[in-house]
This record gives sequence, structure tokens and C-alpha cells, in this order.
Amino acid sequence: MSETESPGRLIVGPFNRVEGDLEVQLELGAGQVTSARVNSPLFRGFERILEGRSPLDALVIVPRICGICSVSQSMAAVSALEALAGAAPPPNAVIAREIMRAVENLGDHLTHFHVFFMPDFARAAYAGRPWFPLVEERFKAAAGSAVREAVTARAGLFHVFGIMGGKWPHTLTIQPGGVARALDARDKVRLGAIITAFRHYLERSLFGAPLEAVLALSDLDALDAWRAQGPEGNFRLFLEIAHDLGLRGLGRAFDRFLSYGAGPGAGAGTWRDGAGGDLDFGRIAEDHSFARMTGRDRRHHPFDGSTEPDGADEAGYSWCKAPRLGGLPFETGAIARRLVAGDPLVEALALRDGGNVESRVIARLLELAREVERIGSLVRQLEVKGDWHVETRLPDEGRGLGVTEAARGALGHWLRVEGGRIAAYQIIAPTTWNFSPRDSDGVPGPLEKALEGTPVADGERVPAAVQHVVRSFDPCMVCTVH
Amino acid sequence: MNLLWLQSGGCGGCTMSMLCAEAPDLLATLDGAGIELLWHPTLSEETGGEVVDLLRAILDGRRTLDVLCVEGSILLGPNGTGRFHMMAGTGRPMMDWVRDLAAHARHVVAVGTCAAFGGVTAAGANPADACGLQYDGREKGGLLGPDFLARGGLPVINVAGCPTHPNWVTEALMLLADEGLTGADLDPYQRPRFYADHLVHHGCPRNEYYEYKASAHQPSDLGCMMEHMGCLGTQAHADCNTRLWNGEGSCTRGGYACINCTAPEFEEPGHAYLETPKFAGIPIGLPTDMPKAWFVALSSLAKAATPDRVRRNAAADRILVPPTVHEKRKR
Repeated sequence: MSETESPGRLIVGPFNRVEGDLEVQLELGAGQVTSARVNSPLFRGFERILEGRSPLDALVIVPRICGICSVSQSMAAVSALEALAGAAPPPNAVIAREIMRAVENLGDHLTHFHVFFMPDFARAAYAGRPWFPLVEERFKAAAGSAVREAVTARAGLFHVFGIMGGKWPHTLTIQPGGVARALDARDKVRLGAIITAFRHYLERSLFGAPLEAVLALSDLDALDAWRAQGPEGNFRLFLEIAHDLGLRGLGRAFDRFLSYGAGPGAGAGTWRDGAGGDLDFGRIAEDHSFARMTGRDRRHHPFDGSTEPDGADEAGYSWCKAPRLGGLPFETGAIARRLVAGDPLVEALALRDGGNVESRVIARLLELAREVERIGSLVRQLEVKGDWHVETRLPDEGRGLGVTEAARGALGHWLRVEGGRIAAYQIIAPTTWNFSPRDSDGVPGPLEKALEGTPVADGERVPAAVQHVVRSFDPCMVCTVH
Repeated sequence: MNLLWLQSGGCGGCTMSMLCAEAPDLLATLDGAGIELLWHPTLSEETGGEVVDLLRAILDGRRTLDVLCVEGSILLGPNGTGRFHMMAGTGRPMMDWVRDLAAHARHVVAVGTCAAFGGVTAAGANPADACGLQYDGREKGGLLGPDFLARGGLPVINVAGCPTHPNWVTEALMLLADEGLTGADLDPYQRPRFYADHLVHHGCPRNEYYEYKASAHQPSDLGCMMEHMGCLGTQAHADCNTRLWNGEGSCTRGGYACINCTAPEFEEPGHAYLETPKFAGIPIGLPTDMPKAWFVALSSLAKAATPDRVRRNAAADRILVPPTVHEKRKR
């Protein structure tokens, strides 16, 4: 027990199998969490690092905010730069970038399920469960057969970046006006082969069935049938575990979701109270009340935001600011994307029990199936004889908003340029939304809310249920504060 | 050989890159070399107090530590307190944990340019006061000081790169496990020579354009990127174009400049990354070991001798003029 722990209070950290560093402070009572505070303990100051540089330098700096969402960061930056310049890249470049963004998301979902999330069910505490021997063989951390297979499949999938982006992470091929590498017919068939091989791996290992069968799942009865007598695969294994442990009763937050829209043409939107709605970017603001940042007197729209750390601030308990939409916390991620896109099965799950450990993971796995098919068709749409880049000049003054969807949800960059230099750069990452601290109204962030009521057994130092809830969000802590 | 991996003020990209190791994959490579992960933040089961127990056991001498890998720069701020990065769950700055653990480790490996020299986290105003384990930029020192030697007798091994190639890391670790890495195998910045004694220029597919100074002017042009696009491949120490990334990639193959990410202070080139600074029309940064007069003389000669094919292709995004196919010589 660390010196910071006391009866009725538990501090969990370092919290691993998340990207980056995370600490969770729990107040306990009557065998459950009564209140939670989420602390992002690392501040690097990327928004300040960007100030004063040439705007194009953002494409070198921002991917390095995060080694797991690197391409998503590049995509948000290039969108902001193109908004600034009023530039429109040729169709090939739009498709090529979208393939890279979507492939990175696939790799992240794969890593989350196999390397980060499932190994918790292979812990000794679950040794008595009927599914345990299988889970232990497949998902023991850093050793299970499915963990190893996923790492290998991901490395093969990321050959997409060897062809299109030079390397992953931290490619510079994404540039205002297009992409820096034109693809030829040979590249195109090679990309197709990589995606097809990955699809076959998913069908064999994760789903045990053709993707068409997964994509046909559209209601709760069909999902129950898949759990009861569906094909052998790790998707079904998860459904069985979730049912046995009641994971759908765990980790519910506010049931308010937002997405900036996955892919070109998919609109930004919200989903709350069982229905979709519009998203007004003008109503996004960040609250610094508990963020160890100056500027606590008011909420800041990101075009008017600031990042001045205040190490002496004792009220603050995280370096993470608290983003709010219309004054309220929102959850983002694969489940939000599926809801905003109108996915009937995810909608049925959310209408029944909201966002929870089970529905977040199911949404991610369904997205894996859907996206791998969509990427295959994007590759076929590439016109190798067409243009890949148009010359683009950036103005010396102006501002631009760039938004995209990283694996973990809505990512936005708000850029202001003065005298040909970056005057201000504000970033709100997905886990900034999900793991935000309390705001000036005392309203907790989504994870803080989701942890309330989570059961904690006597003597549990690192409560299993708390780990499931935290990891169900697939947090990326290095993006959170940046 | 056991290994403890800590992530400090970085992006985690070196771990993410390392997971792309292939033939054999990462876990098989480590198994095969007899490398046991005591703990890794991405891969290991243990979390929270279980990890703190392990760290304490190392500091108390109840557990020996063979290799300490640190990914990410060390954050000294604000005002030298290290509070910009407290290790979660411990109420203690990461810089203190790293300093104490380094004293117990047989070898200390800085994974990535952040951990080696400070890297991108130290860019611009360096708001978090970031530095490397044994360097602060080009200057020796950093967290552990210029004279630090690990128990095994080596200084910090700087596997620099942003990110690191998966096999720069795995091969350095395998060499350590095999007692195959000595002080003589490290270059002046303490980078393993097996990859740092090469230049990114070696094996670059744009070499013919370089030879004739047939240059690219905008992204997607096929020409050499040294003259206008900021490419530092002729100066950058790494084997990217002979080893290749994610199957068949490299920065220059991906269509963009090498920004010399294995070097200290690459994050502050003194100009926009993708522009070449020039004096009187001549790039300021010359190819490594090349005298300026010869560079100028050869460049003007080469430009005059540029074949039409090379000149036209350099300014296109695909091959417009293929190399001539010569008819078989008559016997």
C-alpha cells in the first residue's frame, strides 16, 4: 500500500495497459466507489511548443503528441491548415489519407481488445470462472496466443504505412494540398492484398465467421443468439464473459455522446436521450477549475483558449482541462461514432443500458468489421493516373479548425496564425473529453461519473471492476493533456 | 536478462513502433533472446500497487535489475521540482524514480530521441523543462550527469530516433543479452554504431536525382529533396533506407524529407523543417564529410550534365520518361 492510501480511499497508479500515465483516486463506501477523481499526471506543453513556429511545422510536431494516434493528429492538423488556406486536396489524396486514418484506427482497436483490455480477465482472481482456462491460454498479458497473433497481424496491417506513409508512427506524407507520395497500380494491388489478409485474420480469429455475418447483426436478439450458439471466436468469448460478469451494468456515464463524423461525408453530431442531434462547434468550451491551469475565472472557447500551467494550484488535481459542449460533459469514442452514424445494434444497446463496459467494447469490435470492409472499397476507388497533390500556399493571417476521429473519438485542432507564424494552437483530444476533471459546477467528467458505484471487494488494491471500467474507454493519456 | 521499461515525458511511439517488429515478432524476439519483461506499461498484467512493489524491491536490492529502458524525456519542471510528471500512484516525480532505478540497473537504455537528448518535448520554449537521461540536447549532462556509468560499465545507451525503428531497440537489447555491446560500439553521441554509422542517404531511391542535383520543388515530386525541401538524409546517422520501415518504407520513400530525428536538437533546426536554408543559393548544410568547394564544383557540373529523363522525372509525381532500354549488343 502506498503512503497516499488510507481506509476509504484508494489511489490506483501507475495504471498500465492504457496509452500513457494515469492515476485514479477513489473514495470508497459500502463496498463501492462513491466518488472518483481522474488525474492525468503528465504535462509536456505541446500547445506552447507550437507557438511561434512556421504553420507547416505543426505537421512535424503534432503527430509526436501521441505515438498511437499519430496519423489522427496529422489529419486534424492538415485539416486546420487547409481550412486556413481554403485549400481542397484532389480526390486521390482525400481517399489516401482516409485509408491511413482508418488503418491506424483498426490497429488501435485491435491493440485495445487483445493487448490492453482482455488480459484483465486472465488474472488469477477469475480462476474459478468457466471461461477462464480458454481466456488464460489466449489472453494472458504479453503471452496469450491471441495476444501474440494480434501483434503479428497488426505489424502486417501496418505495411500499409510502409507503402503510403514511409513509416508509422510519425509520417510526414500528409501535407496541405494532398499527400507526398503518389501511388501506382502496383501499390494499389499490394494495399488490397494487405487489407484482404487482415480481413481473413479477423474472420478466423476474432469473429470465427465471415464479416458479412457480423455486419448483419442488427438487434439484441441476434446478438444474444451469437453469444449462445454463435461461431467460436474471441468476439463470442467476450460476449460470454460480459454476460457472466454483468459488464453491461458496469461503467455507465452520462449517456451523452459526440462524434465529429468518421470519414469524409460523415457529419458531426451528438446522441443523447435516445436521439441524435446537431453539434455546434461554437458551444465547445474548456473549464480550468480543477486543471492546474491559470484562467479559472471563465470557460474558454478553444479559439480563445490558453495553456498556462499553474504548479502552485492546489485545487487542481489533473493537468487535463475539462471540455464541455453546451456546458455539459460528453463521451466520445467508437460507441459515439456508431450512435451518431445510426447503427441499429449499437443504438439498441445504448437504449437498453447506455454506454457501459460491454457496449463500448462491442461498438469497437463492430467498427473493426465495418471499417476493414470500407477500407477495402476505398483502395479500389484510388485512380492511380489522377493527381495526388496540388500546390497550396498558406496565408500569413487567419485561423482554421481541423477535426477528425481518432480511434478514441473526437479530436479537434484550433489554429490561429499571425504574421506567418503560429500565434495560438489549442487541441482537444478524445480522452480530454472522456477523462476530464470536474468543472466549475462540480460536475465530474465521464470516467469519473462512470466509476461511481463500481463494486470494490474488501482488500482489493487494484479493483478488477475499476480496471474494466477505465480500460473500456481505451484511454490515450498522452493525447489527453499533450 | 530481465528488463524494466518506464515511460516518461514522451508519446509512447517508440513502444508502438517496437510492436511492429517482424520475423520474428517482438514477443518471439524477446523470448528467443532470453529477455524477461519485469514490467512494461503496454504489455504487462501488473498495475498500480503491484508495480510500485516491484520498483521498491529493486531499490531495496531484493530484486536485481539488468536493463532499465526509459522512453520519453525527463521533465525537470516546474522550477526543478519534476511535478510536470509525477509517477502515477506514488506522489513522487518520475525523475526521482528514474535516477534511483538507474543506480541499480546493470545497463540503462534511452529509447528514442526524447529519452536520449530531450527531443520534441524539449522543442520551442521547452515548457516542461525536458532533457534526456545523459544529454540536454547536444550537451552532455541531462538527468544522470556527464560521468554516469551504469553498473555494467557503460554510459546510457542512446537508441535515438523519433520514433525508433523496432529493430534498433530489439537488436540493442539482444546484443546486451549476448554481452555483445561495448563502449567502442557506441558513437560519440552514445548511439549504437550498428545503425548510427550509416547515413539515411545510403540506399535512398532518389540517389540518381541527388547525383545530378535534379530537385523536387513540392511534395509528391520524385526529385532529390536536399536542395529545396529540407532533406538532411546526407547528414543523418541512421540506416533507414537500407533497413526499411513497416515492410518497405522510409521517410524519403514516403515522399518527404529526412529531418535527422536520430540527432540531438533535431527538434530545433533553426528553420522550417521542410525548407532548405541557403546562402548565396547553396544549401548551408552540406553532405557529411564533403568539402564545400567540391560540393559547389560537382553540383554545377552535375546540373549541366543532367539527362533530360532525370530532369523531367524530378518534377513529376511518377516516372514520365523511363530509362532507355538498350538493344542487346551484337556478338
